[in-house]
Amino acid sequence: MNMHADQNSAVDPVEIERHDAEAVMSAKNRKPLYEARKKIFPKRASGQFRQFKWIVMAITLGIYYLTPWLRWDRGPYAPDQAVLIDIAHRRFYFFFIEIWPQEFIYVAGLLVMAGFGLFLITSAVGRAWCGYTCPQTVWVDLFLVVERFIEGDRNARIKLEGAPWTFDKIWKRLSKHIAWIAIGVATGGAWIFYFADAPSLAVDFFTGQADPVAYITVAILTATTYVFGGLMREQVCIYMCPWPRIQAAMLDEKSLVVTYNDWRGEPRTRHAKKAIAAGEPVGDCVDCNACVVVCPMGIDIRDGQQLECITCALCIDACDSVMDKTGKPRGLIAYATLEEYQSNMALATNGNTTPIQPSKVRNADGSFSDKIRHFDWRVILRPRTLLYMGVWSAVGIGLLISLVGRDRLEVNVLHDRNPQYVLESDGSIRNGYTVRLLNMIATPREIEVTLDNLPEAVMKINGVNEPPARTFTVSVEPDEATTLKVFVTLPAEFAQSETQEVTFIAKDKDSAEQDSYTAIFNAPGAKK
Amino acid sequence: MADKKHIDEISGVETTGHEWDGIRELNNPMPRWWVYTFYVTILWAIAYTVFYPAWPMLTTNTKGLLGYSSRAEVAQELAAAKTSQMVYLDKIAALPLDQIVADKELNQFAIAGGAAAFKVNCAPCHGSGAAGGPGYPNLNDDDWLWGGDLESIHTTIAHGIRYDGDADTRVSEMPAFGEILDADQIKQVAAYVISLTGTPSDAALVEPGKQVFADNCASCHGEDAKGGRDFGAPNLADAIWLKVDGEAGIAAQVRQPRHGVMPAWTARLGDSTVKQLTVFVHSLGGGE
Repeated sequence: MNMHADQNSAVDPVEIERHDAEAVMSAKNRKPLYEARKKIFPKRASGQFRQFKWIVMAITLGIYYLTPWLRWDRGPYAPDQAVLIDIAHRRFYFFFIEIWPQEFIYVAGLLVMAGFGLFLITSAVGRAWCGYTCPQTVWVDLFLVVERFIEGDRNARIKLEGAPWTFDKIWKRLSKHIAWIAIGVATGGAWIFYFADAPSLAVDFFTGQADPVAYITVAILTATTYVFGGLMREQVCIYMCPWPRIQAAMLDEKSLVVTYNDWRGEPRTRHAKKAIAAGEPVGDCVDCNACVVVCPMGIDIRDGQQLECITCALCIDACDSVMDKTGKPRGLIAYATLEEYQSNMALATNGNTTPIQPSKVRNADGSFSDKIRHFDWRVILRPRTLLYMGVWSAVGIGLLISLVGRDRLEVNVLHDRNPQYVLESDGSIRNGYTVRLLNMIATPREIEVTLDNLPEAVMKINGVNEPPARTFTVSVEPDEATTLKVFVTLPAEFAQSETQEVTFIAKDKDSAEQDSYTAIFNAPGAKK
Repeated sequence: MADKKHIDEISGVETTGHEWDGIRELNNPMPRWWVYTFYVTILWAIAYTVFYPAWPMLTTNTKGLLGYSSRAEVAQELAAAKTSQMVYLDKIAALPLDQIVADKELNQFAIAGGAAAFKVNCAPCHGSGAAGGPGYPNLNDDDWLWGGDLESIHTTIAHGIRYDGDADTRVSEMPAFGEILDADQIKQVAAYVISLTGTPSDAALVEPGKQVFADNCASCHGEDAKGGRDFGAPNLADAIWLKVDGEAGIAAQVRQPRHGVMPAWTARLGDSTVKQLTVFVHSLGGGE
């Protein structure tokens, strides 16, 4: 450095204060805002849980696709479809039960039961809904079967994914997606049959005569089935479904969850013989990753409980078959409660003071120590689950009782608001009412409408050309509501007060089933 | 924002610097499909403003490439509703009134249509419930000035009452007896008339009042004061009074009568609507 340079630079570089800062999104550590999906290629599993899942899949898909085709004879005036949501006529048919709109409380009751059922199942056996019966799980399983059939199992699929677009790959991919879309069409197609007579709608649908809403519904459900079940798969569970987020609130230390028993598996090693020879402790896990490759969510259960785990138990099947091969007892990965796991963990680690010591959980001959805690079915019957069971049954029984005892003949009366009453030329007082008769069975009925109390009053029904009387017989259409305009007249001298009560009784002439409604009869001076 | 970046120990992922009760948010990237979905919604919103009416301009707004307007849609729906009603309206226009009433479906349609037309055209005078008011007849009761059967009601609505614009209108005028009778006679006849309805009144006035009535009023209202529908003379012997309340009111009406006017409606509403109105009024409870 010479003098010139010193004079020209205003400040010595050494004196400049250094800041500890880094630019936002600096090139050094810039991260993309988004991340591509890491594709998962689940391998086929086999074992008792896989078997169970096949059965559940057959039953749930069977129920879904076949239910609309069941018939149920309700006589000539009602549809003969066992399960039918008749939106146009506002009726809901479920086998022997017919629900009118005002009886929708039963559906609300079923939803309450579904809620408590979910609490019950989850607190008892964990996320069984996610693992076995959730539609997303069932359809993804179905889509995976198709994929495996066309493209082969895991290794073949990985190879195909990386392969160039040859005729073979294009053909396989094309047929896979066509098969998926076909399943989607069948899924959407089955849905619309719940809302109309299935056989006639099927004919209309394929001859192009069905309502546009039918085609739109099928198109939407085809798209969602294809996209959710085929393309998005586990991402629906992880990102879209709210259920994993609230599971933590429902599980407790006595709920069953799929668990990797590291008190038994660790320390894991791929070279057990070498390790044993070297006198190192060896766990049962041979680190073969069989549990990872079968997982449809792509997780490693050995990392512990995770939001992504849907507890489908395929890793249990995979691990069990490996244990069979290595001659170890099954259940390295198993359904277990947190309580058991922690107690076994404490045993294996001397109360969490040391790393896992396999010798603590095993006797000299390799069998498990008596101190190991195993799952006991009695924990399912604990106060929490019993309470859920009680509430669930109480709601169910309440619904059943009210369903058995509900009215199938109803009368509703609406008093005219304007005018409240009318004075006749002879001084008598007339009130108008809208009387609604609900015949909620699929048979035409002769209903006797009678006035009760207010003994001097007579009524006249609009459209019925008969002299005023206290009883009229009205024919009511099957499964319909009939509206009558009724005028009730009371001679002036019997109007004791501004408002009196008058009761309308509707009675089935044949079955003597009856219902009544008490309305108000207004006289001069009544509040408008 | 924290100055130094913080790396989460377990996952090795950088945190956003947000911290709540010791819980830090990992700065993980979003799934790609999710971001794309977000972009698609933005494109959708832009496309929407291009295809549909959206942006306000100085005097009007952008019309959108599709030419859609909710007003045109409403007009279309109204036209469609009219067309679907034509099947009933045509029948109503063609059939006589008693056949309209006999047809259950047609009757229902006519009552509903008549009720709607009534609320728009008739309610200002007769009230929304057709209960009328002083000077405006109550259409619910069984007291009819000109008759309460379908034909009479139809004639009244079609041609109006004392309506200058219609040659066939119903006309009746009560003379102003203030110039014919003296004050005492008016008092007497009022006392007599009120006694007919059962209301007690001065017996000294009722006797001469009866004579006054027979001489002056019976020609229109009848010997028994029950009125006459041929010239719309009100029944004075029943419990219903159109315009007046009490003896003084009767006297005033005798002295200087008031007469209401109703326009003829066929020219304004068309015969079909008038027929529907007839059926509706007839169904109110007083129809004969």
